[in-house]
Amino acid sequence: MQTKFSPAQLADPHIETANGILRACVHCGFCTATCPSYVLLGDELDSPRGRIYLIKDMLENERPASAKLVKHVDRCLSCLSCMTTCPSGVHYMHLVDHARTRIAETYVRPWPERLLRALLAVVLPRPSLFRLALVGARLARPFKGLFPGRLKGLVAMAPASVPGPSALDRPQVFPAQGVPQRRVALLTGCAQRVLRPAINEATVRLLTRLGCEVVVAEGVGCCAALVHHMGREAETDAQVKANIAAFERVMEGGALDAIVVNASGCGTMVKDYGHVLRTEVAWAERARRVAALARDVSEVLVELDLGTLVTPDKPGIDGEPPVVAYHSACSLRHGQKITKEPKRLLADAGFEVREPAEAHLCCGSAGTYNLLQPELASALGARKADRLAATGAQVIATGNIGCLAQMTGAVGIPVVHTVELLDWAMGGPRPPELG
Amino acid sequence: MRMPEPDAAVLARRGDIIEQLRAIVPGEGVIVDEDELRAYECDGLTAYRQLPMVVVLPETTEQISRVLRYCHETGVKIVPRGAGTSLSGGALPVADAITLGLGKFKRILEIDYENRSAVVQPGVTNLAITEAVEHQGFYYAPDPSSQIACTIGGNVAENSGGVHSLKYGLTTNNVLGVEVVLMTGEVLRLGGKHLDSGGYDLLGVITGSEGLLGVITEVTVRILQKPETARAFLIGFPSNESAGDCVAAIIAAGIIPAGVEMMDKPAIHAVEDFVHAGYPRDVEALLIVELDGPEAEVADLIARVQAIAEETGAVTIRISQSEDERLVFWAGRKAAFPAVGRISPDYYCMDGTIPRRALATVLKRMAAMSSHYSLRVANVFHAGDGNLHPLVLYDANEPGELERAEAFGADILKLCVEVGGVLTGEHGVGVEKRDLMGVMFTEDDLKHQQRLKCAFDPDGLLNPGKVYPTLHRCAELGRLHVSGGQTRFPDLPRF
Repeated sequence: MQTKFSPAQLADPHIETANGILRACVHCGFCTATCPSYVLLGDELDSPRGRIYLIKDMLENERPASAKLVKHVDRCLSCLSCMTTCPSGVHYMHLVDHARTRIAETYVRPWPERLLRALLAVVLPRPSLFRLALVGARLARPFKGLFPGRLKGLVAMAPASVPGPSALDRPQVFPAQGVPQRRVALLTGCAQRVLRPAINEATVRLLTRLGCEVVVAEGVGCCAALVHHMGREAETDAQVKANIAAFERVMEGGALDAIVVNASGCGTMVKDYGHVLRTEVAWAERARRVAALARDVSEVLVELDLGTLVTPDKPGIDGEPPVVAYHSACSLRHGQKITKEPKRLLADAGFEVREPAEAHLCCGSAGTYNLLQPELASALGARKADRLAATGAQVIATGNIGCLAQMTGAVGIPVVHTVELLDWAMGGPRPPELG
Repeated sequence: MRMPEPDAAVLARRGDIIEQLRAIVPGEGVIVDEDELRAYECDGLTAYRQLPMVVVLPETTEQISRVLRYCHETGVKIVPRGAGTSLSGGALPVADAITLGLGKFKRILEIDYENRSAVVQPGVTNLAITEAVEHQGFYYAPDPSSQIACTIGGNVAENSGGVHSLKYGLTTNNVLGVEVVLMTGEVLRLGGKHLDSGGYDLLGVITGSEGLLGVITEVTVRILQKPETARAFLIGFPSNESAGDCVAAIIAAGIIPAGVEMMDKPAIHAVEDFVHAGYPRDVEALLIVELDGPEAEVADLIARVQAIAEETGAVTIRISQSEDERLVFWAGRKAAFPAVGRISPDYYCMDGTIPRRALATVLKRMAAMSSHYSLRVANVFHAGDGNLHPLVLYDANEPGELERAEAFGADILKLCVEVGGVLTGEHGVGVEKRDLMGVMFTEDDLKHQQRLKCAFDPDGLLNPGKVYPTLHRCAELGRLHVSGGQTRFPDLPRF
């Protein structure tokens, strides 16, 4: 596509990157078809192609973000389905991320919106605060009618019970069982360890059983995706740098084979650290090195031999192999292009795996999207729940905490993380959600 | 590209028009801000851009009918738009016109397996129809490469074809009925679930009318049972000529493959980089030949096609061993146009059709033009039915390149007509080939075509500036031809 940037504008590395992305787009419109917001709304402006146009216009004319542009960019889930569909290789993710930064810099949101975003940016990445907030919200539930606007929805969304902190959250090293094969660091995440500590526990059991030494590193916090998707550049950079430094300390203690991520939203982010810090000379190379080590837990597991560990009496529900509907998280499917591995692992472990129709469409969770765009998020959630229920599965497996939280309750079937089922198949506890 | 002069009186009424539209279509369905309108300034043909006066996204046929009636009564122009994937600028806005988008018409209304038909809204994508019926072993046959995104309403408007049109026909052969809103707001239903209707074939008139006659609001399509077996060949050739010979020999042998597609070297490379379909990179031309039908028939045809390919000099021959592999072979071809976006920032996609025997000549002359204009060309085409899609590669940021690409494209289309072909196979005339219509049709031909337009839209309000190079007033076309004080055929009774 034609662009109109001046040489002076192109001297800015962010504009240069955006120009390269825009030039790759040929405006064919294929992306509209698989974009959840376009599927729901049918307006070009709520499609990737429309947003690309809006962003191009803002950048070329060095205009501050308009309220209309903000509306349509806010409706983007960053599910990256468009990037899977795009035959021209347009890197939409980097373009929309940059647009979000520009919005944060040039657009003043109405104050309730600002307050809500600031609250989320402070609370969600900090497990102890988040846990406190959830407990508070649970207590406030009977009074939710008294809360204004979207806070009402937030209060209503709080889970009925909040698990206590896990012993696993503290920095420590879990030694490998048997002959050590690999040394990996586990990103224990932020929201996930509060909402479902069982996921990290199952991950550690699985990895150590398969011969991995698992390091929970001192100083690793939120992956920064939360603030990054809100365009908060300074906080993003700070969180990313803190994580890089923390992982580097682990590397000083011995060769590190992988940074294992078991929430795919975080995985997509960590794999992009190299891009985030590409313009900072002191950090670019370090960021690339850490990003190159990031692996989704399913990528690591397929390389290890699970077969020998599956218990002879395979898990069963009423004596039959459990029927699992695999819900592919967008961050795994589109963000990291991992589609086959989790299904193969589940099938090898003795589960009957089914895939719902419209597997490529987002469930509406999308990080904080379900909190910031509740209407579209719940429309997508209901649509996804229908498709998942239609598979006739007894349990739903997914690789991302956001989807897990969004689908739990929306569909009348238990929802667990893929690793919880794999752990069960290899002698771990049966996930309590299965009763 | 010259478009009709905007009517200042209409532009002056913009505020009032917006107010009237908002009374008909509530909520976010009326788009008026400049930065939002910008995203609607072009479709799949980005070389031509124009900001619409206003965009309206209705949700019901009744709203469309009211919008059209209002426009008819007050003389406002309308440009219908589906998914905006047209490669001929069919949905290019007009400065003093309303762009009417059908993106919200996404429902599949009825699937009737017994009558082998489906009733869908016009904004349903081509592929979504197949997806809705494939679990019962059915599909919708015409499959344009943009089928993932293009809408059935747009397919009817452009009479779209696809890689399987050689055997299964174009849209016109697969549409059974439509509901269409005329410029007056009248809602007209043509055809139904049955094959033939009484009276003139108005359904045939609407199909391929490029949004000039009415707005399609519902489509009844034929669905077919999937063939028992389908297998695809990938056949590589050392030259375009030998690939062309192979196509001619297959057809001459009385074989009608489900599809015969050809790609030249630049296209093969662009596609292979994206899809990794296993296309051979060292051949000059690649054919995808699909054979479908009962298993025994397909087995027999595979042997015959293989023999023909060997005789005509094929250097690589692969046959799909599984359904997955067959789909991968096609995935590359379907993504060919945008994948060319990887080797060039912009491309101009042509759509001429030629008699198959002229293939080698046309390719050779195109290569000469390519060096004359110093622009690369990648060729992707439906070789079975002679429909060429040369992609002229250019860089819109380089001054003069777009103009050279346009001139190159025009020369290609003139060449198609010269060897006995036509300007468009399936993308439509739109604005892109509008000014070349005279190369193919005489002034009389064009006037007769416009008389049909006048019967539907006498004020010329629907999709103006498209298809016809010269605008004639309908009254002027209706004039009796008087020569030397004598009307022609004076003995005929006149009313």
